[in-house]
Amino acid sequence: MTLVKVRLVSGRSIGQGKGKELGKFSQQYFQSVAICELSSDDMNILAVPEGGNVRVKTDFGDVVVKAYTSKQSLPKGIAFMPYGPWANRLTDPETHGSGMPSLKGIEAEVSPALKEEVPTLETLVKNLYSEK
Amino acid sequence: MTALSEKIISDVVCTICGTGCDDLQIRIKDGKIIEAKNACAVSISKFLEQHAQRYSSPMIRRDGELKCASFDEAVCKAATILSESRYPILLGWSLTSAEATCIGVELAELVGGVVDNNTGFCHGPGLIGAQDIGVSTCTLGEVRHRADVVVYWGANPIHAHPRHIARYTVLSKGRFREGRKERKMIVVDVRKTDTARMADLFIQIEPNGDYELLSALRMAVKGEELEQQVIAGVSSERIEELADLLVRCEFGIIFYGVGLTMSRGKSRNLDAALSLVRDLNRSTKFLIMPMRGHFNVCGANEVTSWITGYPYAVDLSRGYPFYNPGETSAVDILSRRECDAALVVSSDPVSHLPYSVAKYLSEIPLVTMDPHVTATTMVSDVAFPTAIMGIEASGSLYRMDGVVLECKKLLDPPQSVKSDVDVLRAILDRVKSLKGA
Repeated sequence: MTLVKVRLVSGRSIGQGKGKELGKFSQQYFQSVAICELSSDDMNILAVPEGGNVRVKTDFGDVVVKAYTSKQSLPKGIAFMPYGPWANRLTDPETHGSGMPSLKGIEAEVSPALKEEVPTLETLVKNLYSEK
Repeated sequence: MTALSEKIISDVVCTICGTGCDDLQIRIKDGKIIEAKNACAVSISKFLEQHAQRYSSPMIRRDGELKCASFDEAVCKAATILSESRYPILLGWSLTSAEATCIGVELAELVGGVVDNNTGFCHGPGLIGAQDIGVSTCTLGEVRHRADVVVYWGANPIHAHPRHIARYTVLSKGRFREGRKERKMIVVDVRKTDTARMADLFIQIEPNGDYELLSALRMAVKGEELEQQVIAGVSSERIEELADLLVRCEFGIIFYGVGLTMSRGKSRNLDAALSLVRDLNRSTKFLIMPMRGHFNVCGANEVTSWITGYPYAVDLSRGYPFYNPGETSAVDILSRRECDAALVVSSDPVSHLPYSVAKYLSEIPLVTMDPHVTATTMVSDVAFPTAIMGIEASGSLYRMDGVVLECKKLLDPPQSVKSDVDVLRAILDRVKSLKGA
């Protein structure tokens, strides 16, 4: 199976900022945050179209999101995901005694997942969190 | 006032990021905000869409489902959860008023819990670094009037603090600096971001290479020779060019983002950055400031500090304040599954913390207060809808440089929705009566 190894950086984006103000369950938030930005080289290796679905996997979990070529000039081997529940399926809770989890520079694998669906926030919450 | 049903309110403080823009002009018609002048794109979304995805009644989980409840019922349930807890955590405080945080600290003391704010997972390492090394800083006004070199390190203000550059740094017109042509802009980042495209010098660093680069830069600033050709993905010539720019400036400042605090090294990265600034002050005037994200995370630090002596991660379970990030910080306590209940105020940790941490939070009795429906309210046992600070409730915030700003109430909240201060005071009073305090 085709895959690329990347170091995943999570962070803010203006779309994430605007989307969260429109509501965490809004379509704008979903479209801005359930994504992974890659370099054009990595997009070519994966052979997925713009907005095609990919699976991103780390030692801490995996999630399907939409892939886009980054407009922020990412070098090959670096992936970016906006802060949010999709990125946090993948981030490392280890704080190294600092209180700060490791949210940037995480080793990850990205592979095409064109036939799989990107989970909505409702689905993530229902499937992943305990029924009370 | 332009018509009976229409009014314009000036000098409104924005409640998005730590930049604290206080020049917004808000037009209200028929009880609805219809225009936000001077606001950035994110701020426009907040002011014009503040009614989106709200809920208007307190909710209590019954038979596995959140159901509407009276305010008194919800207060009673929340107070019972907190007062019966052995070790509760009271988390959030970055998107509410300083006045609300005051009550939160009193509540944490009364229930013998931990009061922590979002600092733990944004700029906590910067505060630890400042406690280790000391910090040389200033107000944003001084930067505007005097700075000739501005460094953004691991920060992308075009996206996260959209008016920071225009209001306070390279694009602003200050008393002693005319604007862009009299200022140099340097960006250090993993990505060539929209902010990096504006820079006079862009340094593209390898992920997790900050400590190495800062250490090399300290050597170059001191005039020592760099033996390696490439350090953290940056050529030694480039590092020497950067060092030269920093040493030769008249008034320089580093604005650092969470690119520095969240990457490998964490507080050690800040030890190195703060030490670099100390070194630079031997030859010029140099300062450093965190790009605080939430509009009042700085206020949460200030209030918690002046009440307990510590800025975040304060454990009050021993009868006196105890502070040890890594031990008393929210992510660590949740990772070790130590707390047995939580109160979350104006924050969405289920969306914004690593999954295993968020999952444990969803498993324990959870009380939330938030104007909007979030992933965290969905997994709560008690949820209070609250007024939006700075739109539907007044209160104080602290800007990223520690300057206090007073927010106005612009609109009434939805019927029966109360402010964070009112909800917290009601819970506090109920806990006092349960504990016979």
